[in-house]
Amino acid sequence: MSENFSERLAELPQYLSGHLLLSVSALILGIAISLPLGVLASRSHRTSGPLLATASLVQTVPSMALLALMVPLLGGTIGFLPAFAALTMYSVLPTLRNTVTGIVELDPAIVEAAHGVGMTNWQRLWRVELPLAAPVIVAGIRTATVWVVGTTTLSTPIGAPSLGNYIFAGLQTRNWMSVVFGCVFAAVLAIFLDQIIRLLEVALRERKRQLGLGALAVLLVVVAGGLFLPLIDLGAQSTRDAVTAQSKTESADKTTGRSLAGQTIVIGSKTFTEQYILSELIERRLVEEGAVVKTIQNMGSTILFDALRNNTIDLYVDYTGTIWTTIMERDEAIERTAMYIEVAHYLRNKHGILTIAPLGFQNAYSFAMRQDHAPSLGARSIADLKPHARELTVAGDPEFFARPEWASVRDTYGLGAITTIGMDSTFMYQAVRDRRVDLIGAYTTDGRIIAFDLVILDDPKAAFPPYDAIVLLSPEAQQNKALIKATAWFANLIHDDLMREANRRVDLDSQSPAQAADFLYRATNASNNCYLCPLRQ
Amino acid sequence: MKRRRRTKNPKSRPVLRVKRVSKIFADGGRAVSDVSFDAVEGELIVILGESGCGKTTTLKMINRLIDASNGSVEINGQNVSRIDPVHLRRTIGYVFQGIGLFSHMTVAENVGITPALLHWDEERIQIRVDELLAMVRLEPEKYRNRMPAELSGGQQQRVGFARALATSPSVILLDEPFGALDPITRDTLQHEFKHIQRSLNLTGVLVTHDVTEALLLADRILVMKSGTIVQFGTARDLVASPASLYVAELMDMPKRQMRQLESVVG
Ligand SMILES: Nc1ncnc2c1ncn2[C@@H]1O[C@H](COP(=O)(O)OP(=O)(O)O)[C@@H](O)[C@H]1O
Ligand SMILES: [Mg+2]
Repeated sequence: MSENFSERLAELPQYLSGHLLLSVSALILGIAISLPLGVLASRSHRTSGPLLATASLVQTVPSMALLALMVPLLGGTIGFLPAFAALTMYSVLPTLRNTVTGIVELDPAIVEAAHGVGMTNWQRLWRVELPLAAPVIVAGIRTATVWVVGTTTLSTPIGAPSLGNYIFAGLQTRNWMSVVFGCVFAAVLAIFLDQIIRLLEVALRERKRQLGLGALAVLLVVVAGGLFLPLIDLGAQSTRDAVTAQSKTESADKTTGRSLAGQTIVIGSKTFTEQYILSELIERRLVEEGAVVKTIQNMGSTILFDALRNNTIDLYVDYTGTIWTTIMERDEAIERTAMYIEVAHYLRNKHGILTIAPLGFQNAYSFAMRQDHAPSLGARSIADLKPHARELTVAGDPEFFARPEWASVRDTYGLGAITTIGMDSTFMYQAVRDRRVDLIGAYTTDGRIIAFDLVILDDPKAAFPPYDAIVLLSPEAQQNKALIKATAWFANLIHDDLMREANRRVDLDSQSPAQAADFLYRATNASNNCYLCPLRQ
Repeated sequence: MKRRRRTKNPKSRPVLRVKRVSKIFADGGRAVSDVSFDAVEGELIVILGESGCGKTTTLKMINRLIDASNGSVEINGQNVSRIDPVHLRRTIGYVFQGIGLFSHMTVAENVGITPALLHWDEERIQIRVDELLAMVRLEPEKYRNRMPAELSGGQQQRVGFARALATSPSVILLDEPFGALDPITRDTLQHEFKHIQRSLNLTGVLVTHDVTEALLLADRILVMKSGTIVQFGTARDLVASPASLYVAELMDMPKRQMRQLESVVG
């Protein structure tokens, strides 16, 4: 618990500074756009109508989608830029709307008085309209601030580190401490900025110079402090670093020439436990070869693929079935090796992406049930379920029942009468353990299959498509022979059981992904039965 | 009395001359038709008429808050249409129907706004503000730094007068300046205003729908109805030889009210 806490604390500088940088810069640009635009719009009904309608339209796009859309719109760029663009757009509406209403709804007598005493339009704006509309405008800015600070947590999947990393990683690894960390710091940051802006407005309105300067100073110190936090040595080094350092020294004497010395390699990862562990594992190997590794975690699946294609990242782990259905848009199931070959060909020819030999395990969809429940039904394979279909309930993530493989499994095995329930994957394993459902559409490498005493039913007619884990290298990265060699080192070394155990350690034993990667690393080092990987030395 | 005689002196050159102005708004509504009048130095003209008859529109055409559709306005012989409206308004005092103080500025800042727009130096503005506050009977030390919300209605309109007088304008325009006040405050302020106007020899145009007020304050009264002039003359002219039944009834109104009052009080 306290180790978890100190690990999370060690991540704070990076996440908080990323979060602050994104939120504050997006807010500043957003205000810089919406204030003048609002003033302009307040001058004529003809512009204010369409302008506000457009801004509202942007607001109705779900924030997650807006962030994700920025990636293709900006030519596949990931990280700060698309997040910054989306958050800026997101921050425009509240300030724009309140600027327009704040000015339009001023007492006409006061506006007329401004004319009457001989003010120019500019003087009227600065001396009368803006000061009087300030409370309304500032209320808009405060709304924008709270929105943007909250929404910034969603920039994690497009590769911009933020406090959202705590939340995404925590939800996937069931590390509630991490989730709470992310939520609490995001909330504290939002409340802090909101209150500082409020104080600045009060100071301005009531002309409390000291209060204003004080609030401004606190704001600057916190923002600057947050941004530069990663540069300050907190003294508390994370266990992750300690583990890395340890394995580094261990292997230092083994390694003769460090083939990747001084090179920077960028690894991407999707948003679940297995991906965190594998990216840590590959990082470990590359660091050993002397590379400087940058890992971008918690990225959306298709965003990762585009980032790889554009050489924004160098490598990541994907699954043959995922490429097959979502990128190649095929829906027929084919045999495991045949799929691997077709996928590899397709990626090379269509996208210039290199597929390294499979890691050895599949993270496929499959049916799992309680070990003690299976014999009572006489079930060893999916084919045995048909006679009981009417009484059975199967749970799966909502996406599962929408995928072509569910339709194919249902039709292949004649399970049309079965009852289906969609639920989040975090909860379905417990549901089957607690006998609330009979079957679940499980992920074959999930650690809870071991921990909850579940069995995976055979799929004799191969209705579920294969999902072999494969390492993909970007068009540029594959020019680097040393990198190919280093990543191919893992080929066929990680079996289903091994991966499941590593996942279990994170999901159920509350180990960190780095610790699980360490376990995998030792296990793969020990195994010497690799006969399928000629690239390995 | 002395000034009243002077207003009748045809040799005095008018400070303000309004010649056959009309206003047709963009919506086609004809608010003012062919209105002419003039004011000599130190003279207070009162425009009297019912609500909606075009008084405010006429007043605003003088400082170009509204531009006239036809006709011309001259101040000291210069056609206002040839003066930059911002500059023009800084030389004409204006007291608003709804008082119109800037609620985010102190009393001193409100009074000193036009001098500030004219880039007077800080010290000169301060001296002028104190002088004006004293003139409208608000102790400068006490009221200078108050916000308008911290003043009574009467005090607010005193500040409104002070603001209008800040740059010693050649003409002062007042749109129902006492309209929002209670009867006792109104009475006090009317007398004080008349006193200030006389002692500074201010040329002004005041708009009201209150006959008694017009009779009390005006050197000459311009009676308007539906955007046109019904009669223009001194109170005595209007009472002695009303141009129409409407004017006669209007002038008789205070007396009628008096009689009604007596019959009630007994
Ligand atoms: N900006 C405007 N646009 C159109 N009509 C107006 C405008 N201002 C005033 N009016 C109309 O002109 C007429 C005279 O208005 P106003 O001069 O304000 O009257 P008063 O001050 O005598 O009550 C009214 O019928 C009013 O509705
Ligand atoms: Mg009016």
